Formats: sequence, structure tokens, C-alpha cells
Amino acid sequence: MAILIDENTKVLVQGITGSFGGKHAQLSLDYGTKLVAGVTPGKGGQKFSDTVPIFDTVSQAVNETGATASAIFVPPPFAADAILEAMDAGVELIVCITEGIPVMDMMRVKEALKGSKSRLVGPNCPGIVTPGLGEKSHGGCRIGIAPGYIHKRGNVGVVSRSGTLTYEAVFQLTQMGYGQSTCVGIGGDPINGTNHLDVLKMFNDDDETEAIIMIGEIGGNAEAEAARWAKDNCKKPIAGFIAGATAPPGRRMGHAGAIVGGEDDTAEAKKKILAECGIAVSETPSDMAKTLMEVWGK
Amino acid sequence: MNIHEYQAKELFDRFQVPSPQGRVAASPEEASAAAKEFAGAKLVIKAQVHAGGRGKGHFKNGFQGGVHLIDSPEQAAEFAGKMLNETLVTVQTGDAGRVVRKVMIAEAVDITHEYYLAILMDRDTCAPVIVASTEGGMSIEDVAHDTPEKIFRQVIHPLLGLQAYEIRKIIAELGLSGDVAKQFGKTLKNLYKLFIDCDCSMLEINPLVTTPDGRVLALDAKFGFDDNALYRHPDIVAMRDKEEEDPREVAASEYDLNYIGLDGNIACLVNGAGLAMATMDIIKHYGGEPANFLDVGGGASKEQVTAAFKIILGDPNVKGILINIFGGIMDCNVIAEGVIAAAKETGLPIPLVVRLEGNNVEAGKATLAASGLDIVTADDMADGAQKIVKAVG
Repeated sequence: MAILIDENTKVLVQGITGSFGGKHAQLSLDYGTKLVAGVTPGKGGQKFSDTVPIFDTVSQAVNETGATASAIFVPPPFAADAILEAMDAGVELIVCITEGIPVMDMMRVKEALKGSKSRLVGPNCPGIVTPGLGEKSHGGCRIGIAPGYIHKRGNVGVVSRSGTLTYEAVFQLTQMGYGQSTCVGIGGDPINGTNHLDVLKMFNDDDETEAIIMIGEIGGNAEAEAARWAKDNCKKPIAGFIAGATAPPGRRMGHAGAIVGGEDDTAEAKKKILAECGIAVSETPSDMAKTLMEVWGK
Repeated sequence: MNIHEYQAKELFDRFQVPSPQGRVAASPEEASAAAKEFAGAKLVIKAQVHAGGRGKGHFKNGFQGGVHLIDSPEQAAEFAGKMLNETLVTVQTGDAGRVVRKVMIAEAVDITHEYYLAILMDRDTCAPVIVASTEGGMSIEDVAHDTPEKIFRQVIHPLLGLQAYEIRKIIAELGLSGDVAKQFGKTLKNLYKLFIDCDCSMLEINPLVTTPDGRVLALDAKFGFDDNALYRHPDIVAMRDKEEEDPREVAASEYDLNYIGLDGNIACLVNGAGLAMATMDIIKHYGGEPANFLDVGGGASKEQVTAAFKIILGDPNVKGILINIFGGIMDCNVIAEGVIAAAKETGLPIPLVVRLEGNNVEAGKATLAASGLDIVTADDMADGAQKIVKAVG
């Protein structure tokens, strides 16, 4: 079944006429994603890539095309507004790629999203991929910026804060012959729409997902919270990796959320909690898939 | 981004958060003039550096202590002369210390009680939290450890903001009453406004004091600002003191590169923060010491990659470089071209291991191969880390 998206999901792109949004909208189209609309205020009536209609507002795009998911490629000063617009238009899945949104903007957006029918993934995330069954996983749904060719359709769910570290895990799995049900990048910001626990619950309920890789990093306690839930509730084998063992305390390591606050959110502390909860911890980033195979019994 | 004490005072003045009177001075003459302005008051001179522990620190010229009571404008000038352009070493600066470029002449305040007051962005609740304690003037971590019941936390609603009843709750927890309680309430309200309006990530006042003459004053402040929000605070950006920062990091920020200098000798250049952290981790795993964190990001241009490479080569500790790229947004060929351009300008005096994967990888590998440079390629992260650790020895 996969989670959140599948090959039939109709996607719209907010910020489609920007160079960043346009480049990745095209790559998603090439991958076989059902990209049905773009939104850029003032550019309504134009076409993207000759085939995709562009609208001035998300509401218009949703009404005309029935899109249920949005990918947001809007610059930081305007991204919070873009998320709220998608929520207002009733978009069920909002995936915000933008890095650099002020934390207080996200604080207010997250509060506003409560009670709406929209799920936000991100911001500052690489997006979500449910691989297709075609050549190099063509035919799936790619929302965001991940390279499509590294994926393969299969039974491993991947959830991660980091983009490029996700690609490592996915590529390792694909090279070993094990595909992915869905790969979810939840992003590197301290306040985000969806966390590891949310995704673990979805993977746990998904028939197609048989095993899970969870990738985290220093800062916050999302991984610990997810691990503690998994210990009592998750029936499927999980392998994990936590980046940032060598990060000095108090420094923001790139991701706005990657900062060691106290003793409990170091990489070492998190790895220990994961292990105590029955998650197989990969010592290095190059062994994530191998670690999963061991705990999965493959 | 950090700011100096005198700059924190500017923000406090702007938002009507009371703090001791003070003037900043950059020369003994200015220090003397400032002291004259406050004639009659008890005064203190304080070295302005982005580090705590100033009072117990020492200068490399032998002068002891970065904070002193002063009894006259003449003594202000004398002490300023011993501090300015001298290096102050404290427990927080490390042995290298910091050069003091400014001092603050401030009112020395008699203290009835020291409180702790902080406002932070709380990740768990995704809201601002006010942290208050009667145990100010000491390490809050120690208080949290020894007497956690003396720390009071109030989570503030992200949309409603600080409410009057919440201020009353905190006043009651701290045991304040009468006029002092009123002043504290106003101070807290103004501090909260400062926190929100300036997009702070953290604002810590330790101590916040009450005085025998009935005042409430912020005696010391530590600010953290949300880097993501600085674009909408040019006045705060103007407060940045580059001389207090690692010069490698200053150079990197000029090219919009995410760089953090560390102490090791194996440099890395990576796309993506998670992968960059993991690269540092795997270097250490195989016995090496990372020299830096460097995320070139996905949209990096050839020029940014070249600049990043040069900053790495400019670090005298660096004995080898590992480039680890998994291109999603990043184009492997852009990395290859940037690295070759840099290496041709600076030469390549140390071992370089490059691991490329992802977007446009074939072109990237071909570009590297055709360059004529002595570049070792790696198949995956583990291979890359092992090769560079071996090459550096």
C-alpha cells in the first residue's frame, strides 16, 4: 500500500516557476509523478513544461484538478504563508521543502494546522518518495528533491530527518536488492509537521512495509519518543542510525534542529535509548541497510 | 549569533527592560568620560567579550580579572588601558583567550536577591517557555540537578502570547509582592515582547536582581537569535562582531557556506547537514579526527565549492580532505568542476579522496578523471573514510 502517497496521488507544486521548484517539478514529471498543477501568484494561465497548468492560487488549482498533495518550493520569507494557503484550500498532504523558515513562523503555522485536515511534512525536508514498478523505479510518486533512480519498490519503510543521509540508506537497500515501500524525509527543523513517531505508526499499520530504517541526529527527543513507542507497539524490525556523534555541544550543525541541548540529546544518548528499545543501531552510516538485514533475519 | 553585553543593553533599553546604567568605551579617554557622566555612583568596568567567566579570568599581560570596581574616572582610564586591546582568558574562552576591544563602564548595583529568568523556544511543546527560579546568580544546570523544585516553567500559547494571569503565576512562584512584583511583571512583559519581536531562540538573564532601593534590574544577559530570521532583523545583523568568531567560519559565511571549525586534521566537504555530520562520525570511527563540519548545500555553485575548498586548504591543521557527495539537488559535476578549479589555483599539497554518488555522477567522475590531478576516488562512504584516514596516517 505504501504510506501518504502512491502512484495515483495528484500533486501540485507551489513555486513551480522558480528555478528550484521548476527543476524538481520536471524531475518529478520525468519520474512519472502525477503532477497536475502548479501555483505561482501572477502566473495563472501559463503552462509548465507545456502540459501542466499554472494557477494564481492553491484553491483554484485544487478545484480545477483535484490535487490532494502539494510540494512547496517557496522562499523562506513566504513559505509559512504558502503552507497556510494550502491548508485553507484543503490540501491533505503538504510537503514543505524550503530550508530557512524562521522558527517562530513555524511555531504559528503548526498551531494553526491543528484541527485541519492537512498533514504537513517538513519544512526543510527532501520530501517523500513511493517508488514505482518501472525501470529505475519509474512510475512512482516523487514529491521533493530526492534522486529517483536510487529507489526500488519494495517492503522497507525509511524515515529520516536528513536528505542526503536518506539517499545513502535507500541506495544501500536498493543495491542489496531490497526495495522501499515509502521514503519519508521529515526534515531538519526543530519545529516540523510530522515526526519519526508519526511515520513509524503509519509504517506499522501499512501492509506493504515489513521492516523500517529510522535515521535521526542530535537535537531534540523525537527519536527517543519514537523508540519508546516502538518498543511496546511496533511489530516490525527497525534499524536506526543517529548522526552527530562528533558534533561539539551547543553548535547548530547545519540543520536548525541539530543542536545538542543537554545530555539526553547527544548521538550517544539517543543510540543507547534506541538499543534499549529493541532497535538495531548501525554504528556507521555505511552499515544502515546491513544492520537492518541482520535484525530482519535476511 | 552572539552579541556583547553593551549591545544587549541597547536592546533592553529599546524594549524598556531595566538594566544598570552603562556606557561603552573603546579607549581610556572614553572610559574616563563615561565614569565622569556617572559621577557619584559606584561604578564597575567590564571587559566586553562573547564569553562568560570574565570576573575570574586573567589577561595575558598579567592584569587579573575582566571585571573591576572603579573608584574614579582616573582609575577607569587606568584599568581600561590594561584591558583594551589585551587578551582576556576565561574558563569559557579556552587558552587562546579573546582580544578585548571595548569595555563597559556601568553602575555597580547592590543586590537584595538574585533571580533566574529565561525565555526559550521549547522543542517538545513547539512554543515559547518562560523559565524562572529564585536561585539566580549560579549555574542553572546545578539548580536543575540539586533543587529542581525551585525551577518554574510556564509554556506560553504560540498565538495568544503572554497573558496577565501567567505573569501573576510566575510572580507568585518567585515569592514577590508589592511594588517589586509590579516592576517584575512589567519587566517580564517587555522581555517577552523583545523575545518575540527579535525572533530570539533564547534569552537568559542570570541574575535578574532586586535592589535595596526597590528596583528590578537585568544584570547580565545571554542572547541567542534564530539564524533563519536574521534576514528580517538587519539591526541585529549589524551587531555581529566578526572578530569574536572563528575566522574560518567568518570566511565561510561570506560565501553562504555552513561551516563549523573543529580541532582535527581531516577536512570534509559534504552536501547535506545529516550526511556532513555522518561523514565526521565515520572519519572518527575509522580512527581519524575531523577538522570541520561543512555542508555546501544543494544549490552550491562552482564558485562556492571553490571557496569552500580554499577555506579548508587555508586551515594549517588540515592534512587531508574527504569530499563526500550524494547529489539530490547537488550536481556531482558542479562539485567536480569546483574542486578542480580550486586545486588548480591553490595546488593540491595534501591527499584528497572524493566519493561521488547521485545526480549527474557519471559526468562528475569523468571530469575528475580527466583533470590530471592526484585525486583518489572512493566507492562509498566507508571506503572514502578508510582511504583518507590511511593517507593522513
